[in-house]
Amino acid sequence: MPSHSRRPVRSPMAAPRSFLWSRRIFLTLLTGFVLLPVYVMVSSSLKPLQDVSGAFRWIPSGLTVRPYFDIWETVPLADYFMNSLIVAGSATVCSVTIAVFAAYAVSRYSFRGKRVFTVTVLSTQMFPGILFLLPLFLIYVNIGNATGIALFGSRGGLILTYLTFSLPFSIWMLIGYFDSVPRDLDEAAKVDGCGPLGALFRVVVPAAVPGIVAVAVYAFMTAWGEVLFASVMTNDTTRTLAVGLQGYSTQNDVYWNQVMAASLVVSLPVVAGFLLLQRYLVTGLTAGAVK
Amino acid sequence: MTLTAAPETGERTARKNSPGGARGPRRSGRLRRVGLPYLLLLPALILELLVHLVPMVIGIVVSFKELTQFYVRDWGTAPWAGFDNYSLAIDVNAPVGEALLRSFATTCLFTLSSVGLCWLLGTAAAIFMQETFRGRGLLRTVFLVPYALPVYAAVITWAFMFQRDNGLVNHVLHDQLGLTDTPPFWLIGENSFVTLLVVSVWKGWPFAFLIMMAGLQNIPREIYEAAALDGAGVWQQVRRITLPSLRPVNQVLVLVLFLWTFNDFNTPFVLFGKAAPEAADLISLHIYQSSFQTWNFGAGSAMSVLLLLFLLVVTGAYLLLTSRGRKATDA
Repeated sequence: MPSHSRRPVRSPMAAPRSFLWSRRIFLTLLTGFVLLPVYVMVSSSLKPLQDVSGAFRWIPSGLTVRPYFDIWETVPLADYFMNSLIVAGSATVCSVTIAVFAAYAVSRYSFRGKRVFTVTVLSTQMFPGILFLLPLFLIYVNIGNATGIALFGSRGGLILTYLTFSLPFSIWMLIGYFDSVPRDLDEAAKVDGCGPLGALFRVVVPAAVPGIVAVAVYAFMTAWGEVLFASVMTNDTTRTLAVGLQGYSTQNDVYWNQVMAASLVVSLPVVAGFLLLQRYLVTGLTAGAVK
Repeated sequence: MTLTAAPETGERTARKNSPGGARGPRRSGRLRRVGLPYLLLLPALILELLVHLVPMVIGIVVSFKELTQFYVRDWGTAPWAGFDNYSLAIDVNAPVGEALLRSFATTCLFTLSSVGLCWLLGTAAAIFMQETFRGRGLLRTVFLVPYALPVYAAVITWAFMFQRDNGLVNHVLHDQLGLTDTPPFWLIGENSFVTLLVVSVWKGWPFAFLIMMAGLQNIPREIYEAAALDGAGVWQQVRRITLPSLRPVNQVLVLVLFLWTFNDFNTPFVLFGKAAPEAADLISLHIYQSSFQTWNFGAGSAMSVLLLLFLLVVTGAYLLLTSRGRKATDA
């Protein structure tokens, strides 16, 4: 490469007009595309019914918070909310705990079958849900018949299913976080008389708290947003939000303002959690792909 | 799985890799130290086996059985069907096979379009946002919103926007821009393919963006500086440095996007309800419908196994083709 040391060094940031204008136009259009449904959701949730029944209005004819009170009456939203909280919360706690142990083993020990384990666990993530939906449905029904343990239609069955959905990715993300905790720290703890588990809980886990929180948010989001298994494996009393929210739109008269209000309410917990912790989550989610 | 590791090998590697281990508490004993990693992995292993691998094996078994609603409660007693379920699924001259083939073709077309657009938007946005500018952090947060929203909440909102009589899309296209003579239907008929594509791209591109942003951070600044020194313009830098450097990231990203899009069930299910219009009948939804509507689980399982085989072949071929140049980094 010939060097032109005489020429003034142009910083890569000094972009030409064409680049700046392309960037401006592209990012503006993209922001519009991304935020359009958010605007529709927020504005429609504050509209009176006649505004969402007739032609679409960009500007509401009046603002009302009525939909936010009505959503709890039209369908048993509080019950669905509770079910989703229990299912997603339990799945998260179990999944994170199990992932911490597994990731610790992979990160700190060398053993036969380590690679087989990580590859197998990760590859389950790639298979279509429909592939094990039918067999799992059969298994749960038959376990129920044989032992009386109700997995089909119960929250327990859903928790069990969901925790395995987030497990592979959680383990993967946590291995990365644990690897970044210096080994000297847990070796020192072991010298001080902690067993391997003592080192895990007194040294490694406290040092990897951001990672563990990120994994927990990921696990919660996964369980909170799942539709396929929720639609097959729940009944009237265990219905989660993913299925329950469609209760507004299957009736003859769709109260779109309520649908939008309910959508906003059920989104808030996960969106807030995600955006607050985005830095940790993004690092964890992208680390594997970039490595 | 290699749960039954030879003890002496396991111990040797454990010693070798954790020098402090030898000084660890003696009372835990040799066996425990060797077994500990397996003990730690056991819960994860059991659960993955129970919920993913065992059902997969059962699914393959069931695909050779004549499993209809009469046998659901006790599937072991269902009679064997040989390859009947498979011949039913792949006989393109009969209605079942023909519908499956059509759904498969739709899914392929949809996946190609959606992955292409997601990749394009994500890459373009990441490249435009490589250098810092005012509002970049806020914009990044905004771009993550589709990824963070629960699928059903976002897709229900899109379903509202695509309503024929009171939706935003027809209001803009028909009422405001006057592009159509009559307000078109978006959630039934041919247009539903476009609807599904728009929603899928809206939902999927932020992931491509995230991965690309991370990939861009790994490109050393010096390369750009050297290129600028040589008089390369920004567009040239993008073409000559940025895009080639992103190749390894692209390899993973495209595969993950492909698998997610091809297997997508949630988007069409929430958008169209249980019966998707033919133009947007993705394969997962199709199998779900043909299994639970007719309660013919044998045929449904056969279709699932065929889908799995297809995905394995495509993934294997893709990895073989793309990883030739990456052997050194993987080793």
